[in-house]
Amino acid sequence: MTNIREVTVDELRHLVSDRAMTGETMLLNMGPQHPSTHGVLRLLLELDGEIVVNCIPDIGFLHTGVEKNMEAKTYQKAEVMTDRLDYMNSIGNNLAYCLAVEKLVDLDVPVRAQVLRVILAELQRISSHLLWLGTSCLDLAAMSVFLYAMREREMILSVMEMISGQRMMTTYIRPGGVWRDVPQEFVPAVQQIVEVMPGRIAEYESMLTKNMLFTERTQGIGVISAEDCARYGLSGPVIRGSGVAFDLRKARPYSGYEQYDFEVPTYDTGDIFGRYMVRMEEMRQSVRIVRQALSKLSNGPVRSDNRKFVPPPRSEIGVSMEALIHHFKLWTEGFNAPKESVFVTTESPRGILGVFMEGDGGPKPYRVHYVTPSFVNLQSMPLLTRQHFVADVVGIIGSIDIVLGDADR
Amino acid sequence: MSETLEQIVKDMKERFAAESTEYAGDKTLILSPEYLLAAIQTLRDEYHFNMIVDVTAVDYWPQQEPRFHVVYHIYSMLNNDILRVRVPLNGNGPHLDTIEKIYPGANWKEREVWDLFGITFDGHSDLRRVVMPYDWQGHPLRKDYPLGYEEVQFTFNAAEIDKRKPYAKD
Amino acid sequence: MGLEEKTGNMGVVTTTLEYVVNWSRTNSMWPLLFGLACCAIEMMGAQASNYDLSRFGMELNRASPRQSDLMIVAGRVSRKMAPVLRQLYDQMPDPKWVLAMGDCASCGGVFNNYAVVQGVDEVVPVDVYVSGCPPRPESLIHGILTLHEKVKKEKITHWA
Repeated sequence: MTNIREVTVDELRHLVSDRAMTGETMLLNMGPQHPSTHGVLRLLLELDGEIVVNCIPDIGFLHTGVEKNMEAKTYQKAEVMTDRLDYMNSIGNNLAYCLAVEKLVDLDVPVRAQVLRVILAELQRISSHLLWLGTSCLDLAAMSVFLYAMREREMILSVMEMISGQRMMTTYIRPGGVWRDVPQEFVPAVQQIVEVMPGRIAEYESMLTKNMLFTERTQGIGVISAEDCARYGLSGPVIRGSGVAFDLRKARPYSGYEQYDFEVPTYDTGDIFGRYMVRMEEMRQSVRIVRQALSKLSNGPVRSDNRKFVPPPRSEIGVSMEALIHHFKLWTEGFNAPKESVFVTTESPRGILGVFMEGDGGPKPYRVHYVTPSFVNLQSMPLLTRQHFVADVVGIIGSIDIVLGDADR
Repeated sequence: MSETLEQIVKDMKERFAAESTEYAGDKTLILSPEYLLAAIQTLRDEYHFNMIVDVTAVDYWPQQEPRFHVVYHIYSMLNNDILRVRVPLNGNGPHLDTIEKIYPGANWKEREVWDLFGITFDGHSDLRRVVMPYDWQGHPLRKDYPLGYEEVQFTFNAAEIDKRKPYAKD
Repeated sequence: MGLEEKTGNMGVVTTTLEYVVNWSRTNSMWPLLFGLACCAIEMMGAQASNYDLSRFGMELNRASPRQSDLMIVAGRVSRKMAPVLRQLYDQMPDPKWVLAMGDCASCGGVFNNYAVVQGVDEVVPVDVYVSGCPPRPESLIHGILTLHEKVKKEKITHWA
């Protein structure tokens, strides 16, 4: 266990400048255990004094083998893995997975379930942005924002617990709808969040936006242009912070996002501050979407009644033999999906979250691949950190909002 | 599915002897490996597919011809289209040209495919393992690679498995 | 003597050395600031406003293993991470304790595959296992208090 293979300098020769070989620049290892890398990320920094010449990210310290493991499970059981990929956006991962399964087997989702999905996905977006706000400000030595942000996050977690019994890994969204209907307390609880949040967001902004300690650390740091974003495939708040209004909820709507009225915030500077402004405004827009969704929440079923793919409700099993057979078949054998492949894209709090799924005619997915925003966004680290101080590297890592579970899978 | 994408697929079929399939609104272009670079370059420059979304692969083991499909997803912000490009590859140690020069964002994704599937990308600037340890043997997402499953302990076999388990010492 | 004149009669407390040392060890047990995966988020939750781990003298997370007593393994440990984890453990000064937080750290959890170490006890010796995926902050606090109980029962002959 303890034998660590040492990487020779020759293996790194093509990555660092020639000056590193003569000892003019210094190679500094940052991570995998570092308080500001937001998980187990390792950065190899080439430093000229205090200036970063090059930055070589090394990931994989949280590689979980999810894609391989999903191939060994039926479509329903594999979903449990998806929560744990991007643990800040577990509802969004479930949603992307279910959209892929629904597209593969051609399954309809009732209206009420669609609206519930939107509410939960947006609440999850707020909670993810809150945690981003807390931790990335912690890296810039702003401790109190973390305590405030975690306070609001607990409100959202208690809603998640109310609907599913779990605070983080809900697996609430299922192929063909959601697990079961929400309890009565759900709507008042969400309403309270919607009431409270705008004031709280203003509170965070009052602490940061005009605070010189914050702006000096963020403005003009880690700048990336819109063209580079597209070339590197960056998405989410990073590309919006560079002035491109690219949001898949608008561009390729799913789960009925086209019915909601919201704006895609952008900021022109492309630096850390721009990304911060975009995320703060996104939280406001998410609150707006949740408010609209609450008014759309009508009564009705929350699961598709296509019994070949969706298990029947508990109440039916006692009275209908067919329901019992379906229940038994679905949970022991699973359903068969055609030998085809689909690709769906959703907008996660970090960017494009895509699922490529291929069936082989059996009950297990032949191949599931998650296209994860953190993996793509991390690639831009050399571009973002070059010619900045080493102290700014932590701010830049925070600003692209990586989740290592998302990057390594 | 938009008409522009229909037209693009039609053009590509003529120019690069490609085939195409469609399922649930997803258009797939099947290219042979020798045309890949030219086709991707054309798609980016002439048809505005300016964003690389994904590079991955699928293993069809034990089938050998083709054993692998390398799957690209490219996105056009202008037309709001996603196109899938599949490239079938034969044999156990296949080679393919890198598209890193066309889309810099493909760099890590190709590294990941090499790491997990063992498909070599010729001309890649930095083809190292990305998620597995450097000295790892084999390519885990291949179908002939075992899952690495460890037996689950129940009452009847708990003691037996416990004996084999390498517990750490101080 | 000088001190007594200033503070008055402080009285005499008699106790065992064992008790005093164990008591002080439990009340300033500094965890290593080390998050791996999902559980790390709940660990942060435990330290934030609502659960406030500092009530137990544990608010000070040290980023350096040289200054910490308790390693909370919060999340799944991959094969690539295992040597790093062991190195961190070796760098911690004695006495040191390990708490495996969550199912993945305890036994591999849902990830029974090639990439994940099936229980962190294959890498480092574990004192307390906390179940849950991820465990609630209350569970983590309960696990830590259980560890405190364990430390309080340590004998002078077992001190490292």
